[in-house]
Amino acid sequence: MLKQSALAPETAVFREVIAAGDYWIRRIDKGQIFRIVDLEGNQAADTLFFNANDPAERYSAVDTIRLQGNVYLGLGSQLMSTECNVMLEIVADLVGRHDTLGGACATESNTVRYALDKRTMHACRDSWLLALAEHDELQLTKRDITHNSNFFMNVPVTRDGGLSFADGVSGPGKYVEMRAAMDVIALISNCPQLNNPCNAYNPTPIEVLIWDPA
Amino acid sequence: MKFQRPPTDGDGSTLYETVLEGGKHWSHVARRGSVLRLIDLTGGANLGMLFYNPQNPLERYNAPDTLKCQHTFKLTRGHCLYSDMGRIFCSIIADTVGWHDTVSGNANKALVAARWGLKSYQDHRNDWTQNGHDAFLVEGGKYGLGRRDLAANVNWFSKVAVDDAGAMRFDPANSPAGSSVELRFEMDTLVLLHSCPHPLDPATDYPRKPVALQFRKADPIAPDDACLNSRPENGRGFKNNEIYHQCAHGTGE
Repeated sequence: MLKQSALAPETAVFREVIAAGDYWIRRIDKGQIFRIVDLEGNQAADTLFFNANDPAERYSAVDTIRLQGNVYLGLGSQLMSTECNVMLEIVADLVGRHDTLGGACATESNTVRYALDKRTMHACRDSWLLALAEHDELQLTKRDITHNSNFFMNVPVTRDGGLSFADGVSGPGKYVEMRAAMDVIALISNCPQLNNPCNAYNPTPIEVLIWDPA
Repeated sequence: MKFQRPPTDGDGSTLYETVLEGGKHWSHVARRGSVLRLIDLTGGANLGMLFYNPQNPLERYNAPDTLKCQHTFKLTRGHCLYSDMGRIFCSIIADTVGWHDTVSGNANKALVAARWGLKSYQDHRNDWTQNGHDAFLVEGGKYGLGRRDLAANVNWFSKVAVDDAGAMRFDPANSPAGSSVELRFEMDTLVLLHSCPHPLDPATDYPRKPVALQFRKADPIAPDDACLNSRPENGRGFKNNEIYHQCAHGTGE
């Protein structure tokens, strides 16, 4: 199901464009509205969330899909933590389906998926590691890098247990918007993957916006 | 609970066997080149499992990497279980079940209380109602691991299928009594395991299903090995293990 947001970008308290292959990390307060815009379409925003007051509590893909009884994220999805608390809820969405099974690309998994000599190609987990290293005040390390959500990415599961990476269902200007149900730290890798259709083989910028509660 | 002794291979190859009763937990370092056979003794078992590199526990089982590199949502014979470092902890060399879950996580204490009611240790001793989440915390803690180190686990013998709209459905008839699955370890691996109920099990009473564990030495990997050859990705995964084992840190023998 799709739902447009009533919020105007001009009223946002924060706006920033994230270039393809860059990371973005920021605290979002409880009650704030957080939007990610797929500026040019078919981009993947690999996103982790941590409880800002207890980062050992963090987004849990498996608890999220089990508790909503569905493997896809969409309007109304509550993003759950490892302690089964609601972290954020999707309150507007122009895409319809987002992935949280496919994880994030890594140089190491690229060697398996594509070729051993792809090990030096830029990947999401490298972006996250740099983010954590450059923000060591958060005291997060590789231990804290877990299974993420992939906004705008389409990973269909079949009835007989297959899984594929399909062309995106997103498009230029489409967005997903969520309300924070607790103080969270959001960590995004704007995916640099060049080897599969998750980015239409062409990584592009995304924009993030934050609004204060009305 | 009474159950039959597990059937052994009959040729004396079993190095050690034990039964994990339902609702319990354990951990073990499996050596490279060993096979762990799991047997669902009474049917409907669930065996939660997580994997770490004992020499560097920051290297750990990664379910999304495992699924996407083999284009699968389920686990069965021919599949390999990958670490986040592109290496194979273990490969599934035999499976009578056909579908094992790795996307549903664990029950926690609150879920067990809501669905089956809590039985305390004080009142019920070894029949208390333990949960998979706490089981992993306890076993992981023995190796310095904590909340930050947990990840999506495997739920052996459990099936959660998905319809076209993405709705998840637990199959209570997935694993009949006597079902088995065999894991061949391709590097030294710290294994955390529990036999606590699957979080989507709709059983009326707290399921308490025993699983037999049998260890033996693996046969050498033949060029036509099913796991090595099931996908080109796995050929590259085995190559990553080979590279790792060439360095002193990775010596598994």
